[in-house]
Amino acid sequence: MSPALRAFLRSPAGILGVALLVLVLVAAASADWFFPRDPLSLAGRPLQWPGQNPRLLLGTDNLGRDIAGFICHGARVSLLIGLVATVVAVGLGTLVGAIAGFYGGWVDDALMRVTEAFQTVPNFILLLVLVAVFGSELEVITIAIGLVGWTAPCRLVRAEFMSLRTREYVLAARGLGVRDAGLIFREILPNALPPVIVYASVVMAVAILMESALAFLGLSDPNIASWGNMIGAGRSVLRTEWYVSAIPGVAILVTVLAFSLVGQGLNDALNPRLQAV
Amino acid sequence: MKRVGALALRRLAQSVPVLLIILVGLFLLLQLAPGDTVDALLAQMGGGDAAVAARLRQDYGLDVSVPVQLGRYLVRLLSFDLGMSAIYGKPVASVIFERLSVTALFMSCALAFAFSAGLVLGVVAARRVNGWPDTLISTLGLVFYAIPSFWLGLMLIVLFSVKLAWLPPGGFESIGEGLTGLAHVLDVARHLVLPILSLSLIFLAIYLRLMRASMLEVMTLDFVRTARAKGLSEGHVLRRHVLRNALLPMVTFVGLQFSTMLGGSVVVESVFSLPGLGRLAFESVVQRDLNTLLGIVLVSAVLVIVVNFIVDLLYAKLDPRIVAR
Amino acid sequence: MTVHHAGPGAPLLALRTLSVRLPKGADREFALRDVSLQVAAGEIVCVVGESGSGKSLTAMAILGLLPGRVTLAGGAIELEGEDLAALPPARLRGIRGARIGMVFQEPMTALNPLMPVGRQVEEMLEEHTDQPRPQRLARVLELLAEVGIPDPVAAARAFPHELSGGQRQRAMIAMALALEPRLLIADEPTTALDVTTQARILALVKDIQRRRGTGVLFITHDFGVVAEIADRVVVMQHGQVVETGPAQQVLHAPQHAYTQALIAAVPPLAPPTRPAAPPGPPVLAVQGLRKTYRSGGVLARKRVVEAVRGVDFTLHQGETLGIVGESGSGKSTVARMLVRLLAADAGSIHLQGEDLLALNNSDFRARTARIQMVFQDPFASLNPRRRVGEIIAQGLRVHGTPRAEAEARVAEMLALVGLDPGAIRRFPHEFSGGQRQRIGLARALAMQPSVLVADEPVSALDVSVQAQVLRLLAEAKQRMALSLVFITHDLRVAAQVCDRILVMQRGLVVEAGATATLFAAPRHPYTQALLASVPGRGWEPGAGATPPARAE
Repeated sequence: MSPALRAFLRSPAGILGVALLVLVLVAAASADWFFPRDPLSLAGRPLQWPGQNPRLLLGTDNLGRDIAGFICHGARVSLLIGLVATVVAVGLGTLVGAIAGFYGGWVDDALMRVTEAFQTVPNFILLLVLVAVFGSELEVITIAIGLVGWTAPCRLVRAEFMSLRTREYVLAARGLGVRDAGLIFREILPNALPPVIVYASVVMAVAILMESALAFLGLSDPNIASWGNMIGAGRSVLRTEWYVSAIPGVAILVTVLAFSLVGQGLNDALNPRLQAV
Repeated sequence: MKRVGALALRRLAQSVPVLLIILVGLFLLLQLAPGDTVDALLAQMGGGDAAVAARLRQDYGLDVSVPVQLGRYLVRLLSFDLGMSAIYGKPVASVIFERLSVTALFMSCALAFAFSAGLVLGVVAARRVNGWPDTLISTLGLVFYAIPSFWLGLMLIVLFSVKLAWLPPGGFESIGEGLTGLAHVLDVARHLVLPILSLSLIFLAIYLRLMRASMLEVMTLDFVRTARAKGLSEGHVLRRHVLRNALLPMVTFVGLQFSTMLGGSVVVESVFSLPGLGRLAFESVVQRDLNTLLGIVLVSAVLVIVVNFIVDLLYAKLDPRIVAR
Repeated sequence: MTVHHAGPGAPLLALRTLSVRLPKGADREFALRDVSLQVAAGEIVCVVGESGSGKSLTAMAILGLLPGRVTLAGGAIELEGEDLAALPPARLRGIRGARIGMVFQEPMTALNPLMPVGRQVEEMLEEHTDQPRPQRLARVLELLAEVGIPDPVAAARAFPHELSGGQRQRAMIAMALALEPRLLIADEPTTALDVTTQARILALVKDIQRRRGTGVLFITHDFGVVAEIADRVVVMQHGQVVETGPAQQVLHAPQHAYTQALIAAVPPLAPPTRPAAPPGPPVLAVQGLRKTYRSGGVLARKRVVEAVRGVDFTLHQGETLGIVGESGSGKSTVARMLVRLLAADAGSIHLQGEDLLALNNSDFRARTARIQMVFQDPFASLNPRRRVGEIIAQGLRVHGTPRAEAEARVAEMLALVGLDPGAIRRFPHEFSGGQRQRIGLARALAMQPSVLVADEPVSALDVSVQAQVLRLLAEAKQRMALSLVFITHDLRVAAQVCDRILVMQRGLVVEAGATATLFAAPRHPYTQALLASVPGRGWEPGAGATPPARAE
C-alpha cells in the first residue's frame, strides 16, 4: 500500500467523504434498477408526504413525480455534469497554466490577461450569457460550466510551474539537453499535480452547485432529472409542502460535502503543507 | 505614499487590456450565436421578406464587415451607450443604474459579514487547533460550504417567515408604508437578514478555512519564535505578530472572491425577489434580452475591477514589501 | 519574588543532565541525552556539532520554547542558581528576553516583515519595563547605535526588508541586548551572512561580551568560527555532549574521536603545495561575458541590476578554476551562463574552439554532453518522483544512447561515486544529503563531459560529508580527464580544491591568479578583506588531529 493511500485512510475526513461518495454512487448506479420508470413521469397523486405511501418512500412532488426515484436519477445527472465539467476546467486550466508558468515573459502576460478577463466577469453571470446564447441542452451546460471554472486551476498550475521551473532538478534536466516538452510534461507536471488533484474536488463541488442553481432557476435542460429543478418546482408549495424543496437540497448537500471531504483527505495525504482553500 | 500611488497606476493600466478582452470576447460570442438581432426581430414580427431584412440589417449596422462592427461596438460602449432594453423599453444604462444600489448594499453587507465572522471563527479554531472548538468550527465550515445558497434561502424562509413569522420572506422594503428615517433603515435591514445569511454562509466557510490555515502557517514562522523568545505574552504574540501577517492572504481573497459573490447574488436575489442586478440578469435571460444581459456583464466586470483595485491598495498599505514591479 | 544571586565563581548558566524527549514515532527516543554544560559570566561558550546533533534544540530548551510534542524529560536548567525547568510558564516568560537574550540564524525571517525594526526593539522594553514611550524610543536609538548601525533613526523606521543582512542581524542583536541580559544565546547567528559581514558580527559579539561581561552561548557548525571567538567549546553528537574543554585544548588537542574527525575534515586555509604541472591546452575560453537583469516596464519602476559586467577567463585542460565571491558578486550567474541556463547579453564562450553562444537551441542541446553542471542543493537538484537509475540515465537517453548501454553506464557511474548498485531502483528521498550530491555528480559524469561546472557543490553539506564529496570530485576529475569550474564562497574549500582562482565582486573579476600566490600575497583590497575575514584563519586544523576514517 502506498504511503499516500495510507495517509488518506488515516484522515477521518477522507474516510467519511468516501463513505458519502459511495452512497451517492450507489444511488446513481441503482437508479434504473429500483426506479425503472422515467423520473419525470407521473408516479402517483401529487404532494404525498414522505412515509404517507409505502410505495413512494419520499413522497411525490407537486407534479406527482416520485421524489426518491428523482433523487437517484438526479445523482447520475449531477455526477456526470460535475465530472465532465471538472475534466474540461482542470484540463484547460492545467494546459494554460503550464504554458504561462513555464515560459513566463510576454506569453505569461498575455495568457494572464485572458485569465483575469474570465475571472473578472462573475462566473455565474458568464454562465447565464453562454446559456442565453447557446441554449440549455445538457452538453452545452456541461461544457459551459467547465469553461467558467478553468481560471482557478490555471492560476494554481501556473504558480506551481513558476516555482518549480527554477528548481535545480529542472535546470539539471535542461542542462542534460531535455527539450521544453520533456521538461513540462516529465519533470514539472508530475510534481505540480498533487495540489491540482486536491483542487479538482473543489471544482467538482462548485460545478455541481452551479448546475443545481441553473436548474433551480429553470435555465437548465428541462428534459433531465436535476435536483435543482425539483427544488425550483417545490417553491410554489413551499409554505405547506416544504419537503419537496428540502429533500433534493439534502441530496446536493451530501454530494458536495462528499467531494469536499474527499478533497480534504487527499490534501492530508498528498501535500500535508498545502492548506486547500 | 509614492509606492502605493505607483502601484495604483500600474493596476489601472493592467485592467485596461482585461476590459478590452472582455468586450471583444462578448462581441465574438454574439457573432457565434446562431442568428443575429435582425433574425430575432423578424421572428418576433412573425417573419418578413429578404428586402426588409436587408434594410433592418443596414439600420442596425450589420451590413458592414465584422471588424468595423467591432469598432463601432467598442466606441458605443466607451460612451456608456449600452443600447436599449427590449423588456423595459428604456436604455440599458438607466435600467441597470436603478438596480445597482440594492446590489451594492446587499453585496457589501454580505461581504462584511462573511469576512468578519470567518476571521473570528478562523482565529478561534487556530488557537485551539485540534481541540473541540476547532473540530466544531471546521466541521461547520465544511457543511456551510456544501449548502446551496438558494436552498438555504428557501429553508430560512420556511423557518423564519412561514413557521416563526419573524422576518419577511422577500422584497427589499415594505411597500406602501412610506417609512422614513430610522424606521426605513430597520425595515430594509429586516428584509436583508435572510438574503445575507443565504449568500454569505458559503463565503464565511471559505474565509474561516483560509484564516485558520493562514494562522497555523504564520505561527510556524521564525519571527513568531522570536516574539516568544522576547518574552511577549501569548496574546501580544498573536495580536501584534501573527494576526496581521495571517490577514494578508484573506485580503487577497476578498478580491478574488468578489466576482464569485456577485455571481451568487443572481440566485439569492431571485429567491428573495430583491430588485437588484442579479435578479435583472435572471430576468433578461428568461426574456432573451441580450442587450441588458451584456450591459450587466460589463457593469459587473467594472465593479469587480474597482473592488480589486481597492483591495490591492489596501494590501499594499498592509504589506510594506509590495512594490510596483 | 526571590532574586537568586549566584555566588562568586558560580556559573551564570548550568545545564545538568538535561534530557529532551521526542514524540513517539520519531527516529529516536531522545533528542538530547544527559546534556551538561556551563556558561560563566563574561565567557563565550561555543556549542558545535553537525546537523541533528541537538545543538539548536538545546537553546530552545533553555528558553522553554521546545516545539509541539517535544518535552523535557529530566535534568535542570539553572540560570543564576534558579532552575528554569521547574518554573511555571508565566514566570519563564518574564525571564525570556529580560534575562536571556536570543539571536537567531536567519535575520530576514526572524524579524516580523510588517513591523518597523525600531518598533520590534521597543517591544522588548514595553513588555518588560515601565518606561514611558519617549524614554523607550531614545533607548532604541541608543541600542541601534551601540550595535554599529550607521543611521539609527532611519534604521528604526525601516522595515526588515529595507535593511541589508548584516544590518538586520545587528538589529536582532540590539533587540536581544535591550534589557541588558546577563546571558546571550546566539544560534548560528552568522551562518546566513557573507564572510566579511560575518567577521564584523563576530567582532561585535566579542565586543559586547568584553564590555558588558555578558555570558554567551554560541551555537555553530563551523570550527573556524569556534577558533575565532570561543573561550570554551562543547562538542555535541546525536544529542549528547562528547567533549568539552577550553578552546585551545579542543582545537589543538581534541580527545574524542568524533571531535578529531570533525576537525580533520575542516579544510586548512593554506593551499597545499602542488606540483607545477605545465598548463594543458585551453578547453574553455570566456570573453566579455555580460548579464544585466531588467525588471519593470510601462508605468513601473525600472530596476536594472548589472549582475555580470564583462568577465574573461580561460580554463585549461585538467585544471580546476575557482570563482570565489560573496552573494551578489555574479559568480552563480557566470556558472549558469556557461551551461546556457541563462542567456548571456554579450560575450563569447568557446568550448574546444566552438562558440556556444553562437549556436541555436537545438545545436546547443546536441553539445550539452560536453559541458555539465553540478548543483548546490542536494534536496532540490533531484526530481523527487524519479528513480535514481532514471535520473542518472536521463541525459544519455535524451541523446539517444540505447537502453542497455545507458544501464551499463549508470552502473559504472554508481560504482565511481561509491553508491550501491541497488540504488537505481530507489527514490532520492531515501538518501542522505551527501549521497544525493553523489547522485547529482553521477548524473553529470554519465555524459562524459570535458568541462564540469560545480556551483557551490558542498555548501549545503556537513563538514565531514563535505570532505568526502570533495575527495570524490578530485578522483573523478583524475579518472575522467575533467576540467573543472568550481564556484564557491568558502575560501577554505577554494584553497584546497582550486589550481587557479578568480575573485569576483559586483559583477567584475577583481583579481585572478594561481591559488598559492593569491593566498600568500593578495593584491586587490577586496581579496585582502576576504582573506582577513575567514574565521579562525590563525588556526591550523590539521595539527594534532588524526585523519578521519569514517564512511557515511
